[in-house]
Amino acid sequence: MNLITAMIEFKEVSKRYNGQTALADIDLIIEDSEFVFLMGPSGAGKTTLLKLLIREELPTHGRILIDDLELNILPQSKLPNLRRKVATIFQDFKLLPQKTVFENVAFPMEILGLSDEEISRAAKDMLEVVRLKEKSHHFPNQLSGGETQRAAIARAMIMRPDVLLADEPTGNLDSQSAWEVMQLLGKLNELGTTIIMATHNQDISSSLGNRQIEITDGKIAKDTKNTKAEKQKEKS
Amino acid sequence: MKTISRLTKTTFQRISRNPYHSVGAVFVMFLTFFVGGIFILISVGSNQVLNYFESRPQIDAFFKDGSSQEDIDTLEKKLNDTGLVSEIRFISKEEALEIYKERNKDDPLLLEFVSADILPASFQISSKKIEDLDQLASIVTKEEIVENVVYQRDLVQTLSNWTKTIRNIGIVVVVFLLITSVLITLIVISLNISLHKDEIETMRLVGATEFYVRTPFILEGIFYGVMAAVLATVFIWLLFYWVSPFLEGFLADIPILPIDQRVFLYLFLAEGATGIIIGALGSYTATRKYLKV
Repeated sequence: MNLITAMIEFKEVSKRYNGQTALADIDLIIEDSEFVFLMGPSGAGKTTLLKLLIREELPTHGRILIDDLELNILPQSKLPNLRRKVATIFQDFKLLPQKTVFENVAFPMEILGLSDEEISRAAKDMLEVVRLKEKSHHFPNQLSGGETQRAAIARAMIMRPDVLLADEPTGNLDSQSAWEVMQLLGKLNELGTTIIMATHNQDISSSLGNRQIEITDGKIAKDTKNTKAEKQKEKS
Repeated sequence: MKTISRLTKTTFQRISRNPYHSVGAVFVMFLTFFVGGIFILISVGSNQVLNYFESRPQIDAFFKDGSSQEDIDTLEKKLNDTGLVSEIRFISKEEALEIYKERNKDDPLLLEFVSADILPASFQISSKKIEDLDQLASIVTKEEIVENVVYQRDLVQTLSNWTKTIRNIGIVVVVFLLITSVLITLIVISLNISLHKDEIETMRLVGATEFYVRTPFILEGIFYGVMAAVLATVFIWLLFYWVSPFLEGFLADIPILPIDQRVFLYLFLAEGATGIIIGALGSYTATRKYLKV
């Protein structure tokens, strides 16, 4: 009997866009506080899988569960709660262009109706962590690619979400900045946040030794967790 | 309360950080309200001019000599009972003489042999609606005590046709302008919101509720509507203040000017209410399709 409670579960999930298969028959369990890499070439279905987890898209077939929330049948009114629980670092950053860096990072706390003092303290701390304190009053179009990415990371992390989805968060960064981002994500994971990171960067994923799920043509081609389990089974 | 003050702050931030957008939106709405307001005022003014002209024609019913006061009173009651009469004025023989003297004061020869005895007493009858004059004329013509009825039927008929046509055209123009104003305002608001489509989607994806995303847009729409209404009313007021001297000369005896200042207040209230309703409803519906994320 499996006693581990799965935080995220995909059950025979498929997603099709206009007849094209983006994901096919995905069965996947990601446990609480895991740090998982989603690997695979562009167009393999990594971003689609992440979109399904914040209900930006609905699966064509199958069920997706996060704890006891079944995303397929989650009413529209519950989406804000889901998206506060599952934060995302978007591949295209999605910073709000009319807001400053500070206001962007503070936004997830603002919508919860927290006090100005609380928001200000947390946003300043978070900007300090991502080394953007000096740029807090700049607008996104005044930032470099790396700075924009760090601002997007700060916004996703500020609420200490239960799950953090990161879509190519090191894509635009030089190697040193990329390692800094990985350290940030690592710290957050140590604090208990489940992290699912889509990346092309084989160096980063291999060197950390975390679970890697490789997606090719919308299917799971390799899952290192299963490989390890099989190897252990063979040994015993 | 904190949320509302935060959303209001967000609204004014958005307005001040997009100055060209905001000025553009207010300007387009101002122009439509300005033109619409002027046409409404012209329409109301024309209606008053028409009312004035319609109240001019009257029936003069001249009484036979020796008609008793009782018969005259009975006729007056009968006419009032029709509900069609706006005013009945009794002109006695003496008053008729005064009127005659006034009209011919420059011609002493005509005044010489005229006395009150030879002039008949009469009723000057005005109707509430110009088209009812015909019916009133037929009532008084049948009366025993009435000797003669003077009533310019053709002129009244022509005037009635003209006023009806002018009123109908006025209604069509005002309705057309109102519909155009509403549509232009809705398009301006929708365009403004479509420019923020990605922003709306992002806010939803980071956990904002529909209320939190939508409210600043609704407040922004209301702000544009109210600003446009204020500017339109002020400019219309200035315009009428400027053209009043010319109009006074042109309109002469027609009692329209000076315009009651309350008219501008009502105009502002009407335009302000329209601005608020269209601004709010337009923003509400325009954000709806982007909130489905």
